Amino acid sequence: MTELTNLTVAQIRDGHRAGEFSAVEVAEAFNANVAGAKALNAFIVETPDHAIAAAKTADADRAAGTLKPLSGVPIGMKDLFATSGVQTTAASHMLEGFVPRYESTVSAKLWDAGCGMLGKLNLDQFAMGSSNETSYFGNVISPWKRKDGGNAALAPGGSSGGSSSAIAARLCPAATGTDTGGSIRQPAAFTGISGIKPTYGRCSRWGIVAFASSLDQAGPMARDVRDCAIMLENMAGFDPKDATSLNMAVPNWEAALSSDLKGKTVGIPKEYRLEGIDPDIDAMWDAGIAMLKDAGAEVVEISLPHTKYALPAYYIIAPAEASSNLARYDGVRYGLRDLPEKAGLQDMYAATRADGFGPEVKRRIMIGTYVLSAGFYDAYYTQAQKVRTLIARDFEAAFGVCDVILAPTAPSAAFGLGEKTADPLSMYLNDVFAVPASLAGLPAMSVPAALNREGLPLGLQIIGKAFDEQGVLNAGLAIEERAGFNARAEKWW
Amino acid sequence: MSDYRIKGETGEWEVVIGLEVHAQVTSNAKLFSGAATAFGAEPNTQVSLVDAAMPGMLPVPNRECIRQAVRTGMAIEAQINKYSRFDRKNYFYADLPQGYQISQLYHPIVGEGSLTIEADEKAGLPEAKRIGVERIHVEQDAGKLMHDQHPSMSYVDLNRSGVALMEIVSRPDMRSPAEAGAYVRKLRSILRYVGSCDGNMEEGSMRADVNVSVRKPGDEFGTRTETKNVNSVRFVMAVIEGEAKRQVELIESGGTVVQETRLYDPDRNETRSMRSKEDAHDYRYFPDPDLLPLILDDDFLAECRTSLPELPDAKRARYLAAGISPYNADVLTAEVEAALWFDTLLEAGAKPAPAANWVTSELFGALNRMGRDLSDSPVSPAEAAELLGLVADGTISGTIAKAVFEKMLESGDAAGVIVERDGLKQTSDTGAIEAEIAKILTANADKVEQYKGGKEALFGFFVGQTMKAMQGKANPQVVNELLKKTLG
Repeated sequence: MTELTNLTVAQIRDGHRAGEFSAVEVAEAFNANVAGAKALNAFIVETPDHAIAAAKTADADRAAGTLKPLSGVPIGMKDLFATSGVQTTAASHMLEGFVPRYESTVSAKLWDAGCGMLGKLNLDQFAMGSSNETSYFGNVISPWKRKDGGNAALAPGGSSGGSSSAIAARLCPAATGTDTGGSIRQPAAFTGISGIKPTYGRCSRWGIVAFASSLDQAGPMARDVRDCAIMLENMAGFDPKDATSLNMAVPNWEAALSSDLKGKTVGIPKEYRLEGIDPDIDAMWDAGIAMLKDAGAEVVEISLPHTKYALPAYYIIAPAEASSNLARYDGVRYGLRDLPEKAGLQDMYAATRADGFGPEVKRRIMIGTYVLSAGFYDAYYTQAQKVRTLIARDFEAAFGVCDVILAPTAPSAAFGLGEKTADPLSMYLNDVFAVPASLAGLPAMSVPAALNREGLPLGLQIIGKAFDEQGVLNAGLAIEERAGFNARAEKWW
Repeated sequence: MSDYRIKGETGEWEVVIGLEVHAQVTSNAKLFSGAATAFGAEPNTQVSLVDAAMPGMLPVPNRECIRQAVRTGMAIEAQINKYSRFDRKNYFYADLPQGYQISQLYHPIVGEGSLTIEADEKAGLPEAKRIGVERIHVEQDAGKLMHDQHPSMSYVDLNRSGVALMEIVSRPDMRSPAEAGAYVRKLRSILRYVGSCDGNMEEGSMRADVNVSVRKPGDEFGTRTETKNVNSVRFVMAVIEGEAKRQVELIESGGTVVQETRLYDPDRNETRSMRSKEDAHDYRYFPDPDLLPLILDDDFLAECRTSLPELPDAKRARYLAAGISPYNADVLTAEVEAALWFDTLLEAGAKPAPAANWVTSELFGALNRMGRDLSDSPVSPAEAAELLGLVADGTISGTIAKAVFEKMLESGDAAGVIVERDGLKQTSDTGAIEAEIAKILTANADKVEQYKGGKEALFGFFVGQTMKAMQGKANPQVVNELLKKTLG
């Protein structure tokens, strides 16, 4: 029998529907993989019972002829999504032990679609990080190793590092992620999987612990493009509880998947050609261009002139919003409360926040507080918002001449744990290709395209027009089919 | 112009006043959540996940609250901004779960408008005056700390957390406590007409931040202080009086007024400093990224406008045109309940001027005696209209009407029934009246002599005697005419 944990979401769904295996068998197989992968530290909480219960329902539904779109598919849930009755921490000490009595809209939709939950996935604390090294619950380890004779532990990317590591290691066929400035795409690229951040507003933010509200967007991570389409269909949709939610019908992305790009034009942004970048990245990009041409697309060079301002603008806007969004974690109503002897309210705030937030979270709260302060607001926040508008205009102009944009997802392959932690700026630079699409609210995905000379996966990014997830998925599919990426990490854990 | 002046040692000082009134929007639900808003509920029973700022919760604007703010803006003839935006005002306090208040700093929903306070000589307002309103914005209220529940801890009640407030910011156009008092009363009246705020100051539905400065007449504005959360018209006036005097004394003794926030202590009738500008918060306002800009379309605005009732000024003008005295018009229009009651009375056919007199004297007097108000008046407008109709058509006299009204209050019977049953119809039967007149003149021959000798004041005596003999039921007009004829 095929190893069930090697199956994709579509294969599980279809195989279960066809009676090739039971959902309980699938859940048990993945539960076993999860239980056997403690070394990766991908999960903060494991919920095997949840997965089994959903699987039993799926099997019963199959018998009754009432199958749902994702019946029998167990998934991982990033621990940024509130899950009713299951601890939700955002990988922080602040929310350690916090068990919500409500379910995020996105997770609720997935459960309604028949999914089961294998567990809550580790992440960078409050989704702030690019390597999953800021989690209070420890680093997530990538299943990948460099083929350099060494044994360095590599970063799975971040902030959705638990999701990427778990999928790459076959602990779950798919998982939820959230992307504020690359947190779905970069970890996907680092671990040789696919992930899509849809247009801002496609997925409800209700019940997702907020990092930067104007940028946060949920999306799926999975092994291939089809699975991303299937998952996204079951995560997206208008939600009256989120005022920024898009009131648009959810297209049938899976059904419209097509790798035939005849008549499509692909833009190659010249500003993304960075001086001194890893030649493997450039080579992969060139190979990607050739693949899209092969799929029938025309390729044109485009210019996104304000690209170099995107990263600084992002690291003003996102921390500004975060500094305010995280103000609610004050020890008064839930989560951690640190109440020193004879402490007053201010002392309690100080002690709770000092203890409850990790260094990266504190850094961003301080940056955000600073850029919003009287006297600095215009120089930083207002200026950053102007840059954001210009970046959105860059894309608008570019989409006048092309349908999708192709670029690398990240400027490097996965780096080693600890390699960048001493220098936050070098860490932030890892988001350089991911951040512009976030600022513009555009759909963007990463698909695995090649291995570098060290045997590590590299990802290509496709950025699309607002609401054109289909165009992004189709271009992704064209690359997937031609890249033939089937490498996987050798099991060492 | 107000001639209110503080007499200092160095001469007269003028007071400059601006008010920021916080009015709780009448709505079943909070500004950004579906939680209820009833006053006086058990602590923390009207709190949604949003109001408690649970992780991942998001605000969604409540259309009704927006509508009420727009209607209020229209009622003060203000500019309505089709584009407005919510901003976060960031600060930490235990009664503020989000760690920020959602408000509107940069783009408020309502812009420049004004209202008029009427002249009231007795209150020190020689003439009517327009008071400018700079803006109205909507924002969330905070929760409430309770310090009396535990010896060493404070408790938090979040029932109010997230309740919608309108902040109505006046121009510094007022120059006396009386003007400020009249402004608050007028604003309250308009809000209650519109139905956008119940105006209940005791329950905190309306409270004012009072900005006061002093200057020598004609000088530039002085430095102002702001006294927070003043919750009655009387206190607003007291704060201005006290604060203006304090500032004058301070300046004249060589000190300077510092820009600061003060608190009013009603028990001691004084304000004290809360915090100065130097340690003012940096609120780090920025647009709330959870909310899109608020765009109002023409249909929505049209609905807001057509839903507005007749407002106090228009109603007052209508009453004056109908011959009602300015005093009665003011009394009748001040409270929306009275005005609506009176309008129903007019619709039932009562004549405006006598009806206004009757309501403001007879009805209000009776209600006052009974400790009731119009909302539970024992007499309905239709019943009152019947009574007034009997006077108007000469069936009973005004004097008899008072007695009939008393009987209506006692028995609950209709005026017509009482008049019929008790035989109170006034008579114009000249024969009967002439017979009584003859008797009276005979019995008072000496007075008749005096009258004829020029003591005309005795005419009233004859009228009184005749009316008495007729048990009040004679038509006074007829009595007058017959007496004149008989006495020559």
